[in-house]
Amino acid sequence: MDWLHIFMPIAGVPIFWPGLVILGLGVGMIGGFFGMGGGWMVTPGLNILGFPMAFAIGTDIAQMSGPSLISTLRHSKFGNVDYKLGLTMVAGTVTGFECGAQIIMWLERIGKVDVYVRSGYLVLLALIAWLVFADLAKRQKKEREAAASGRTIDALATGIEWHKTLHKIRIPPVVYFRKAGIRCSAWLPISVSFVTGLLAGFMGIGGGLIRMPALIYLIGCPTHIAVGTDLFEVAISGLYGAASYSYKGRTELLAAVIMLLGASVGAQIGAVATKYVKGYGIRVFFGISVLGCALSIVLKLIAAAYPSVRTVFESAATILILGLVGALSLYIFLKFLHGVREELAMKHKDLSHIAA
Amino acid sequence: MNLIRTIFLILAGALTLTAEPMVLVADSRRYAAWEAWWADLYNGSHFWFALATIVTLPLLSLLMGKITDFFLARIGIDLKSRVLAEH
Repeated sequence: MDWLHIFMPIAGVPIFWPGLVILGLGVGMIGGFFGMGGGWMVTPGLNILGFPMAFAIGTDIAQMSGPSLISTLRHSKFGNVDYKLGLTMVAGTVTGFECGAQIIMWLERIGKVDVYVRSGYLVLLALIAWLVFADLAKRQKKEREAAASGRTIDALATGIEWHKTLHKIRIPPVVYFRKAGIRCSAWLPISVSFVTGLLAGFMGIGGGLIRMPALIYLIGCPTHIAVGTDLFEVAISGLYGAASYSYKGRTELLAAVIMLLGASVGAQIGAVATKYVKGYGIRVFFGISVLGCALSIVLKLIAAAYPSVRTVFESAATILILGLVGALSLYIFLKFLHGVREELAMKHKDLSHIAA
Repeated sequence: MNLIRTIFLILAGALTLTAEPMVLVADSRRYAAWEAWWADLYNGSHFWFALATIVTLPLLSLLMGKITDFFLARIGIDLKSRVLAEH
């Protein structure tokens, strides 16, 4: 079965290439659906396939830009990308990312980097998961109250409404973001992107996992616009990361290209699937993926604290992440199939009405 | 005295080695055609290697995006609008 393995010219290791295509397909779907690069899923996957860790991280960051670019273009056609908002946030993201990286270097010098990063990541993920589910609970409460008084709730109503308070801060210049339907001080997206960039640089991740909920809860974007605009940011920061890691000699372009074969299909499926799922549906599954990610970090922290059970807990963390990638991809694919079938059936119905 | 000098030199060498950044080299001898060229590019200049990576990736992505677009359009679904409008 030699033909199933391909030798990587830079990393110098033989890799099972169908594994790369499948990984790309899954990550493309999840990225296109949730609006993230999926760094936390790809790195352990590449490591399992045989990449040394240094190349796994670099290749992961480099491949991110490909599927997110494809998904951005698809979301853009659906009207899900606010380019003005995305461009406003780029400067904050990049500056914040570099500041976060400097903090990491300082922590490396005092030798505390692993503990601080993993603990910080865990706290952040717990906060995001709490936000998602608290928001859902509040929204359901509003729906119940509206139903009890015989009213219907506004389609754009949300549970947590922090963005409304933040929109009241009118430090000039005040900007209108048409696609997102937001009028606020330009300093709001700039400072939010700076903080999310700082956290992403500090945690060593792409940042989609943090920026997507920040766009929803702090800036006030509708879910679909948050997904599309975040993907635009991921595409830009992915390219920046690809340049940075390639310059350090830590990327394997061949692997990224093979992953792109699967990711280009997956990204389209994920982006189109958002057409058929309500915003809150996306939020709930995003919350579940955040919980899975947090659990995998808990397992890694236990592995680091108890060397005698290290292998068991590290393997459990990897299995959990890959299982989550499989389950989420399956969910998105089924939603896509169901939605396509319904849309086509509706189309045929309309055509037969016209013919009659 | 010679022994002390040798130990000192070994220690100094080891310290110098740990202080310098790790250098990774691709073994281009085992490849042919484009793979050898790619490995040589990596060994020769990380700048050109990085530039080639960030040009190739988006171009290939756009191409593959267009190809998958073509096949997706064959299914017959509306790929230009989204009806759902809610948070």
